[in-house]
Amino acid sequence: MNWTAIRAIYLFEMARFFRTLAQSLISPVLSTSLYFVVFGAAIGSRIQEIEGVSYGSFIVPGLIMLSVITQAISNASFGIYFPKFIGTIYELLSAPVNFLEIVAGYVGAAATKALFIGVIILITAFFFVDVQIAHPLAMVAFLLLTCLSFALLGFIIGIWAGNFEQLQLVPLLVVTPLVFLGGSFYSISMLPPAWQTISYFNPVVYLISGFRWAFFGTADVPIGLSLLAIAGFTTVCLLVIGWIFKTGWRIRQ
Amino acid sequence: MPPILDISELRKSYSDGFEALKGVSLQIEAGEIIALLGPNGAGKTTLISTVCGITTATSGTVAVGGYDIIRDFRAARSMIGLVPQEINLEPFEKVINTVRFSRGLFGRAPDDAALERILRQLSLWDKRNNQIRELSGGMKRRVLIAKALSHEPRLLFLDEPTAGVDVELRKDMWEIVEGLKADGVTIVLTTHYIEEAEAIADRVGVIAKGELLLVEDKESLMARMGQKQLDVQLSEPLADVPKALHKYNLTLCDNNRTLTYSYDTRAERTGITKLLSDVSAAGLVLRDVVTRQSSLEDIFVGLVHDDKEGAQ
Ligand SMILES: Nc1ncnc2c1ncn2[C@@H]1O[C@H](COP(=O)(O)OP(=O)(O)OP(=O)(O)O)[C@@H](O)[C@H]1O
Ligand SMILES: [Mg+2]
Repeated sequence: MNWTAIRAIYLFEMARFFRTLAQSLISPVLSTSLYFVVFGAAIGSRIQEIEGVSYGSFIVPGLIMLSVITQAISNASFGIYFPKFIGTIYELLSAPVNFLEIVAGYVGAAATKALFIGVIILITAFFFVDVQIAHPLAMVAFLLLTCLSFALLGFIIGIWAGNFEQLQLVPLLVVTPLVFLGGSFYSISMLPPAWQTISYFNPVVYLISGFRWAFFGTADVPIGLSLLAIAGFTTVCLLVIGWIFKTGWRIRQ
Repeated sequence: MPPILDISELRKSYSDGFEALKGVSLQIEAGEIIALLGPNGAGKTTLISTVCGITTATSGTVAVGGYDIIRDFRAARSMIGLVPQEINLEPFEKVINTVRFSRGLFGRAPDDAALERILRQLSLWDKRNNQIRELSGGMKRRVLIAKALSHEPRLLFLDEPTAGVDVELRKDMWEIVEGLKADGVTIVLTTHYIEEAEAIADRVGVIAKGELLLVEDKESLMARMGQKQLDVQLSEPLADVPKALHKYNLTLCDNNRTLTYSYDTRAERTGITKLLSDVSAAGLVLRDVVTRQSSLEDIFVGLVHDDKEGAQ
């Protein structure tokens, strides 16, 4: 392993993040605060408790997931798309690094940024609602795995995208609906049976359910299944990335 | 010692089916400067990109310092520095950071002293904390060179390093290249400027349409193909070349005041002595005698031109 190279990529990417730190943090903090005001305080007060948890607290895990998934994808996809776009990718392709090292650098940085934002949102949540974390270790593990797996997905999107529109397309058309319909703001058990069945095809359901279990100890699906789902998703992303680098798809002529 | 670069029967077809390299073979010894000349679209950049791993070869092999570029890609690539033809840099990044990144990417431990030396050598030290977008075009090109040198390569590719660079900077660039050569770095550069190849290269390769038409020692190339001309300037214009001088194949020009004789500098006998005595025997009065040698440019134009005719 060329650790020096991984470190160089990681630090270079993190530098970009810190250069625009204020921008990077303000928007997720602001939007989360708005969610709490609207759904937690305004509407939430008229919604009864879900599984013994007040609505404002209930949406915390989902909100964190929403931001973390969005951030992981956008950071990772932009991180690798940008060098392709401005041409600096030549250096990556001609460097003595293999695909694992490139992925480790870019995905590692993107996942770190997403994690950072996830933590900030959690801290913000403490100011608005009463949050208890039943299984802190599991919470951290889920958070890390989510950052990682969606950064991998973002990396694939960044390689695939041929222009900035495509870069936005997948997050907008696929990821956002999946996350919203994945139980960020409600429990799957609140849906009619037919929709419940459909929901189980949405991988994000397993994530949010597992993450919520870490907070409140209750879940829509068994926790083991949640872990299996996220592990499977990560593996698929890794396989796709391996194939991309093997064939040079969209990067090497 | 194996050659620092060993390219054998390299072919490259792009996905659209276009064959940009048609079986190129080339060996380069450590420490030399080789200039690749060729018209636009000849395949120079494709050749370099394939060696560096930016594009994949369709067939053929490449070894750098004895290491195969596919099998031993780490060893091979760590020896290579590449200065691309296009200026590809992150506009908002600081000079020092992007150079530091390059060094790390190639697996070299951080060494700020080495980076300072390189940046000073390229007159970029004062600009190290500027963002790339705040630099002039020539400075950006030097940042690309600094990035390529940051990991101390043994083999440096310069793809048109002086394109769009003013005369002053071009001379600077040549000095940098000389300095690198003195440090033992092998340099492959592409250029459209014949005088550049003439000024700094040890060997010259000519590429056209994906084929390496020739690679030769610059001196011997010029001597072999370099025809020399002798201009005999006369004090009185001539109506015709005198019969006694027909065997020399002279041409009459400059309002019939100059007789031009072409000869090969490497021939046993150039025939100059004989010619001059025959000229005076014919009763012609000499005003001056001048010799001229064809430049690499003439040779180059001749080669590429011949190739075009051959293809028809
Ligand atoms: N990605 C690509 N896909 C298809 N054809 C390509 C690609 N890149 C280059 N070519 C073709 O390959 C040929 C050689 O291009 P190359 O860039 O190697 O030329 P060059 O000798 O570097 O020219 P120049 O002096 O203009 O830089 C050209 O005909 C070009 O159109
Ligand atoms: Mg070129």
